Amino acid sequence: MQFLIHRFFRSNHTNRLWVATMLFSTVLATSALLILLLTIINNSFGLVIVEDTVPLTAMDPNVQSVADISRGRKIEIIEEHLLPGVLRRLEREQPLSQRSNEELTTIIIEEVTKPKIIHSWSLLQSIGRRQHIMNEYGVTINPQDPTRLEFRFWLHPRILLAPQSAEVEIAGIRAALLGSLWVMLISILLAFPVGVATAIYLEEYARPTLLNRIMQTNIYNLAGIPSIIYGLLGLVVFVRLLGPLTSGQLFQATADYTANGRTIISAGATLGLLILPIIIISAQEALRAAPQTLRDSSYGVGATKWQTIWYHVLPNAIDRIITGAILALSRAVGETAPLVVVGASTFVAIDPKGVFSKFTTLPIQIYQWSARPEDEFRRLAAAAIVVLLLLLLSMNAFAIILRNHYSKKRRLLL
Amino acid sequence: MFRKSRVLSPHWYRLPVVRSRERVIHFAIRVAAGISLLITIGIVAILLSQSILFFGNAEVTLRSFFLDTVWQPLIGRFGIVPLLNATVMTSLIAVLTAMPVGLCVAIYLSEYASERARAILKPTLEILAGIPTVVYGYFAIAFITPLLRILFGIFEEHAVQPYNTASAGLAIGILILPLIISLIEDALSAIPNSLREAAYGLGANKLQTSLQVVVPAALSGIVAGFILALSRAIGETMIVALAAGAGPNFTFNPLKGAETITGYIVRISGGDIAYNTPDYNSIFALALVLFLATFILNLISRRVVSHFRESYNE
Repeated sequence: MQFLIHRFFRSNHTNRLWVATMLFSTVLATSALLILLLTIINNSFGLVIVEDTVPLTAMDPNVQSVADISRGRKIEIIEEHLLPGVLRRLEREQPLSQRSNEELTTIIIEEVTKPKIIHSWSLLQSIGRRQHIMNEYGVTINPQDPTRLEFRFWLHPRILLAPQSAEVEIAGIRAALLGSLWVMLISILLAFPVGVATAIYLEEYARPTLLNRIMQTNIYNLAGIPSIIYGLLGLVVFVRLLGPLTSGQLFQATADYTANGRTIISAGATLGLLILPIIIISAQEALRAAPQTLRDSSYGVGATKWQTIWYHVLPNAIDRIITGAILALSRAVGETAPLVVVGASTFVAIDPKGVFSKFTTLPIQIYQWSARPEDEFRRLAAAAIVVLLLLLLSMNAFAIILRNHYSKKRRLLL
Repeated sequence: MFRKSRVLSPHWYRLPVVRSRERVIHFAIRVAAGISLLITIGIVAILLSQSILFFGNAEVTLRSFFLDTVWQPLIGRFGIVPLLNATVMTSLIAVLTAMPVGLCVAIYLSEYASERARAILKPTLEILAGIPTVVYGYFAIAFITPLLRILFGIFEEHAVQPYNTASAGLAIGILILPLIISLIEDALSAIPNSLREAAYGLGANKLQTSLQVVVPAALSGIVAGFILALSRAIGETMIVALAAGAGPNFTFNPLKGAETITGYIVRISGGDIAYNTPDYNSIFALALVLFLATFILNLISRRVVSHFRESYNE
């Protein structure tokens, strides 16, 4: 038996097979990333069949798109096609004659032509199939036709600027993106000072007493708690117990957009708690990396403990601390589950007006669109994912640049 | 230049203003550090108190909670078995697919790969670790499920339901792969080189050295990685919320839909729900089970790791 095992491990055949297995696994692991990205790109472009409720030719036979119609004619079209009630509401908000050309275009698309996507294809399904689809569905690519085939970039700049909507054609991620930025801001403002202070306490002040050891173990355990449990914590503490505070009632900020504590500040605070252990651990590592000689020489010239930390240890470690904080923040940007539990709104069409507004964030928008059965919303979700990944990429790139910049500087100094 | 007394004992340190400032700062930092303890206390207190409310219902007993195989709040049946079963299934699928692949990649990175290969592979895997989980959820429904439907469609046309635990499990597997790789690689590279040199000295080849010497020596570290990955998989939410199905279902078939504990919590709390109803309280009881499970797994894994470190730090 022993001999057989020995022969098995010694044979060239086994050795080669083993190397092949390892390489295959590595390729599998890296190709997972590749396939993931390709799936998203594949879904963010493709052919669509669009159908207008009111054909363009009926409005102006000589133009290629709604935007090309003259300004005067646009107002005429709006007055002609809109229900009197809707028209009165629009006029009350701002008279049509005072609105910009782009606004009029949007109104016509939203209220008059109301394009509907009947069918959509992914990029792979679209390549080389245009003629086939045109024959099968009897549509043309003429932009003036009420039912036409278009090649669609789902990641259109419009998607960034448009608010959420139940209509695929005009739905966007503006409110979600702003919500994400707000929540990020709140969470880092709360978690960064507390996290760094905790790290300073544990690294510089704490003696190895039982309590401090428990504190350290506790931080490692906190980092391992599923994020959804932080959501429940946020729901009970920030939404229910501190409801009057987080809904803005105490500050007389109650307006029609408050939501019983299910606000940006509750979401930001919840995520702040979530990233706190991550910030603490990375800041501790940064402080540990600051050389002991630095502290000794500072004490040697008579500085106090806090002076040593503030003027010597922190400046030495700050780049690593900030890098860690950015990485923690990028974790917060992608978090979905705790925010759903805290009470993200399913539909936010207006921009958040402050920390006491209802909130939705980019990952939540992606979740809601992905969960819908229609293909079109899945494609919108893919486009939103691209935006989210770009946001994360730029944050991480910033962290890496910062780290490289400072590590070069440090090498020069030493 | 300086008077001697000034150098030896800086008298300005004895100034009350400096001393009180030091004290205030020390106090403030202590308070900040206490917040991390408060989070844990808060979590435990909330989960416990709401769970006690839940078990205070006449309909619910501890026995029925853990043994009843039906979860239907509408008819007052709260049996955790179907939810727990789905959680165990997705996590096991994830860990059992990710573990062999992760082990191979980690051995490759630690024992075989050139510096250049490592320099390319490690950042790539780090990118994989930084992608939000909701994106993996999307990936599960947009790629893995259609793939499974094509693969299993050969045998039986509707074998794979549109939402199923297999695709969620595979997506979680990809999610935890970078974690597994980095944990195992750490364990492998912690093995002192003297062990490898001794093996080579006895005439072992590279395969023998890696699989018969290094891997057994790092076994406890590998086990710790396995446990940590399992705990991460159990707590994963968005992937199962999107891909595993919405509705408790007691089945052992991974191609059918079944809601997990986390999936249920997200679905219930995402809807409009009245506070202090049995429905609402039930999510806290479920979260308590989840919390205890991940907490114990993390604790075991940390114990194993520290034990492992001690045995090689002489």
